[in-house]
Amino acid sequence: MTTLPIEPLPTPTRDNASTEGGIRGVLRGVNTGDRWYRAVLTALALVLPLLLLTLLAELAVSAAPAIARFGPRFLWSSTWDPVAQVFGAAPMIFGTLASSLLALAIAVPLALGVAIFLTEFAPKWIRQPIAFLVELLAAIPSVVYGLWGIFVLIPFLRSAVVPPLKAMLGWTPFLQGVFYGNSLLAGAIILAIMVVPYIAAVSREVLLAVPASQREAALGMGATRWEAVWTAVVPYGRAGLIGAVILGLGRALGETMAVTMVIGNRHDIGLSVLQPAYTMAAAIANEFSEATTSLYLSALFEVGLILFVITVVVNGLARLLIWRVARGTAVGSRAL
Amino acid sequence: MSARQLRRRLTSGLMTGLVAALSFAAVLALVLILGHLVAQGASSLDWSFFTKNPVPAGEMGGGVANAIVGTGIIVGLAALIGLPIGVGTGLYLAEYGSGRLGWLVRFVADVLNGTPSIVVGIFAWTWLVKPMGHFSALAGSVALAVLIIPMIARTTEEMVRLVPHSLREAALALGYPRWRTSLRIVARTALAGIVTGCLVGIARIAGETAPLLFTALGNLNFTTHVLGPMQTLSLQIYVYATGPFDEWHRLAWAAALVLMALVLLLALSARRAMRQRHGAAR
Repeated sequence: MTTLPIEPLPTPTRDNASTEGGIRGVLRGVNTGDRWYRAVLTALALVLPLLLLTLLAELAVSAAPAIARFGPRFLWSSTWDPVAQVFGAAPMIFGTLASSLLALAIAVPLALGVAIFLTEFAPKWIRQPIAFLVELLAAIPSVVYGLWGIFVLIPFLRSAVVPPLKAMLGWTPFLQGVFYGNSLLAGAIILAIMVVPYIAAVSREVLLAVPASQREAALGMGATRWEAVWTAVVPYGRAGLIGAVILGLGRALGETMAVTMVIGNRHDIGLSVLQPAYTMAAAIANEFSEATTSLYLSALFEVGLILFVITVVVNGLARLLIWRVARGTAVGSRAL
Repeated sequence: MSARQLRRRLTSGLMTGLVAALSFAAVLALVLILGHLVAQGASSLDWSFFTKNPVPAGEMGGGVANAIVGTGIIVGLAALIGLPIGVGTGLYLAEYGSGRLGWLVRFVADVLNGTPSIVVGIFAWTWLVKPMGHFSALAGSVALAVLIIPMIARTTEEMVRLVPHSLREAALALGYPRWRTSLRIVARTALAGIVTGCLVGIARIAGETAPLLFTALGNLNFTTHVLGPMQTLSLQIYVYATGPFDEWHRLAWAAALVLMALVLLLALSARRAMRQRHGAAR
């Protein structure tokens, strides 16, 4: 009778790195390689939180002199006078919000239309190509949008859009003044094109996540296809769709180059969309390198801090809403 | 058919037409922009455009050789810094990310993903340019790395999570330690997806301008010195497009076409990598 050659397992020691096959080591999770692996990954993962902390700290420290000097007045004062060393960010905050909201007014119907068409109505073979083409809009660099805005969009607005618009609605406060080109309107249109792919991509994901039973139930009760979409599918995904819109808002608020190139960069608060305006991001881009005094620089940092806080809040809100519908997707990093 | 029914049918048809038209409009915007780029830029693309450096304002000719090389260096360096951290973070989130730290990292990644790039630009300025006392390509790369890390982290996590659990369990059951399972089995399987994420991220930062304004600054001369100011295509387009000369505008269109081609090339190869992965999965 032969005895089975059972060899004793190597006694697991805490620093035994060679227990690749060591079952006990694996079971007890004491493999040195594992511990190192986890330590390295954790260290890498900690980079992001540390980065965010440093970013916030740097901004806050650099903005401190301006905060101390102007206090909350900074938010609603509209004087921006580098010579007199008096700074107030109201025109930029207004311009940022106005251009972004106007952009959303244009982009939301467009993007929702794309998302609804792609998920509900388009023939199967056309869905992927159109989705890809719309996502490509997100791949166009901001500065290229700006270039296109300066040399194509603005001349087009000047010759073909603004004259008839003024003829029709010129009496409203929104279309006052002479249109020179660089304006809130131009900035908003460019922004709208830029955020469409983001809103469309997320809306599409949200609509895809709506259970087919919603649709079928509505159709089964005799709804037309559009009624099924509008009364059963869209309301089901409402939270996610609002999230998508807010995500687009977040993008629009922080967009810099394209806006800087077409919005006119003037510290003014006005209702007319034909007049130049300013945004927070544009102000930083334009004035940062010419900020000669430390208080001027600090004021620009405060503008950056405000912009950062606003976008954090807006993005946080968008994510919460989207997660409620399409759980856990890395929203925004999907679009190109 | 009653009038009411007819009206409902008509509405449905009209709205279908409307959303189709809106989709068409969105695609039209893309076609218009790309079309203008080609129409205005293509005629300026010649040998000297790619091989010469910019000439002083007012003179004719000149090229963007310095900007092309600069873009390559700055983006390459940013990828070198950002990709390991991003992929590592993504692996952490997929492997160990169920706890509180995982939640925090995921949240921070999403917050940073939405941070305006200009804010990252002034951050890099205070962090690197100010202490060093001069503008540098390196500071620009760090700014771009800050932008790319959260993107890569989240896509990597998603891709790794797509790997079937059975693969991991099989490897562990065979006695593979967890780290080797993670790297050799799981990450290896998700590789195409991770590469796609990286390419998309690189495509995105290659077109960035705002974070480079106060870091890489721009440079009219050819340089490979990463501790000094350096030109990129995006910065060059900005300067030329907002400048007063027709010659500059011509060059801006050409540079924009080159930049767009570069970005599209990266995006399309990303799509290709993804397609291969999906093809294999089906």
